[in-house]
Amino acid sequence: MMLSRLSEKLQNTLGKLKGKGKVNEKDVKEAMREVRLALLEADVNYKVVKEFVNKVKERAIGEEVLESLTPGQQVIKIVRDELTELMGGEATELNFSDKPPTVIMLAGLQGTGKTTAAAKLANKFKKDNKHPLLVACDTQRPAAIKQLHVLGDQIEVPVFSMGDKQHPADIAKGAIEHAKKNQRDVVIVDTAGRLHVDEDLMTELKQVEEKISPHEILLVVDAMTGQDAVNVADRFNEDLALSGIIMTKLDGDTRGGAALSVKKVTGKPIKFIGTGEKVEELEVFHPDRLSSRILGM
Amino acid sequence: SSSSSIDEEFFEELEDILIGADVGVDTTMKIVEQIKERINEEKIKDPQDVDEILKEEVLNMLHFDSDEREVDDSLKVTLIVGVNGAGKTTSIGKLANRYKQNDQKVLLAAADTFRAAAIDQLKIWGDRVGVDVIRHQEGSDPAAVVYDGLQAARARKVDHLICDTAGRLHNKKNLMDELNKISRVIDRELGHPPHEVLLVLDATTGQNALNQAKLFSEVTPVSGIVLTKLDGTAKGGIVLALADELKLPIKYIGVGEGINDLQDFVSEQFVDALFSNSEDLTEN
Ligand SMILES: Nc1nc2c(ncn2[C@@H]2O[C@H](COP(=O)(O)OP(=O)(O)OP(=O)(O)O)[C@@H](O)[C@H]2O)c(=O)[nH]1
Ligand SMILES: Nc1nc2c(ncn2[C@@H]2O[C@H](COP(=O)(O)OP(=O)(O)OP(=O)(O)O)[C@@H](O)[C@H]2O)c(=O)[nH]1
Ligand SMILES: [K+]
Ligand SMILES: [Mg+2]
Ligand SMILES: [Mg+2]
Repeated sequence: MMLSRLSEKLQNTLGKLKGKGKVNEKDVKEAMREVRLALLEADVNYKVVKEFVNKVKERAIGEEVLESLTPGQQVIKIVRDELTELMGGEATELNFSDKPPTVIMLAGLQGTGKTTAAAKLANKFKKDNKHPLLVACDTQRPAAIKQLHVLGDQIEVPVFSMGDKQHPADIAKGAIEHAKKNQRDVVIVDTAGRLHVDEDLMTELKQVEEKISPHEILLVVDAMTGQDAVNVADRFNEDLALSGIIMTKLDGDTRGGAALSVKKVTGKPIKFIGTGEKVEELEVFHPDRLSSRILGM
Repeated sequence: SSSSSIDEEFFEELEDILIGADVGVDTTMKIVEQIKERINEEKIKDPQDVDEILKEEVLNMLHFDSDEREVDDSLKVTLIVGVNGAGKTTSIGKLANRYKQNDQKVLLAAADTFRAAAIDQLKIWGDRVGVDVIRHQEGSDPAAVVYDGLQAARARKVDHLICDTAGRLHNKKNLMDELNKISRVIDRELGHPPHEVLLVLDATTGQNALNQAKLFSEVTPVSGIVLTKLDGTAKGGIVLALADELKLPIKYIGVGEGINDLQDFVSEQFVDALFSNSEDLTEN
């Protein structure tokens, strides 16, 4: 399970509180010190951790909690609520346009899994009886267009490309016209990986956005990312109208702290998680279920 | 550090800096303990002086004796390994270019037969650099590609063979077994392990990198790290733990997607960047 280490540590720490009939301020502070370490060990951003711990502490030290009959339980409930909040509450659906095609654009750092995620989404839409079109707007990476074609062939979804000499915005525009003519109702735009601090490439992405006004712009984030995840997510969110996040490579033994951090800084929900290299390995993300599982509830 | 005295707040800030740079909780605590000890022993009062010993301690972690695999062969073989998307194939292009500029004859083996268009990607890099690429069909046995690469390298009197492999997560047993098989083919053909096994690590990676390094080292004799994507805002602090715990040297850093964007790892520069407040290393 994702975040299983964190889960183990939190349950250990909070378990000690649960057994107690009386809980005082010192107990809470002690527990929160351990919660802080557990979250840091899970790669949750240190600023996010600080805020989280302070919030839980403040709520838990309130009179009603410590004076209640089951103070330990109350504290655990506060942690669960705040964790759910941190991850974004309930699962969030994609927005499909009433006037097809629905346009979905993917963006993110190099190597995070955008091209793979594009194929995974197309595969999912196809299974849902939609008619997706994949669009090759990565004109940078060697063989990126070929990669998308290979994946498109695998799942039998058409791929629109115009080589690597055109501007990605023009390619995307061309793809939408193509989709309209050919009854493709979802257009999925793959883009080149880029650093959030690369002004030229970020501008390019904004130009694509302006030209095609996507219904969804999903940031693809590698779950193994450490503390920098928030800087990246923050910057992409500033430059683009992000609608959500795809968290990839959760099939690893990653601590997954990035998942707890990015929602917080962007306010945008994690919509899907990638759990393997194969095109079927994409799941809808349910934050509420996850936070309950983390705390063994 | 911006604190004006050495107090609790000072150490908290130090912890934040280290953890924020992905040094990891365990290594951070270890460094902070060491610093506290030295502050006591050396009766240090000025935070300015702490900055000095901090850099010293961190540099110490990065400096250790590693046994160089100096085998006097005419053919040197480098195996490139790592998790998905770390920058393996790109780093091979850059490395090949480096060797070639040093007048070495280089050959590449496209042993990632799994990833869509991975072979094409390496071929494009080979063309850019002007070196040949040994390749089979997509889906074929990667160990066989490496074997062919070795034969071709010998027949063509190549100085350096670099083998690309598919990205794989270290917790996937069957994929790690496959890597072990590739490694053994080289071992058998050369009569000793590859001259270099470079683990390519994305600088944005968090504490998971430690497990990556441990588990890759179990299936193939990893000799060093290539730390990629240092042109972003990630500091790559987790390599401190790799150096300290696993005694794995960092050999190269990747600072871009271009053919010349591979540099030697210079520990002083790395440590300076680790503690620089600038969020953007390229602006330094
Ligand atoms: N294990 C695992 N691997 C994944 C997942 N998603 C993608 N990958 C792998 O990660 C690597 C990079 O994936 P790509 O889809 O090429 O990433 P990208 O973001 O398009 O990369 P660039 O275009 O170079 O920026 C490939 O080896 C993929 O097979 C996932 O959920 N799990
Ligand atoms: N900014 C930056 N990008 C890099 C660097 N090294 C590699 N990349 C990019 O990262 C992405 C992934 O690189 P690859 O070389 O394909 O990675 P890989 O490890 O071979 O990926 P798989 O074979 O799919 O596991 C590509 O878009 C590269 O251009 C670097 O040092 N800096
Ligand atoms: K990555
Ligand atoms: Mg791509
Ligand atoms: Mg590769």
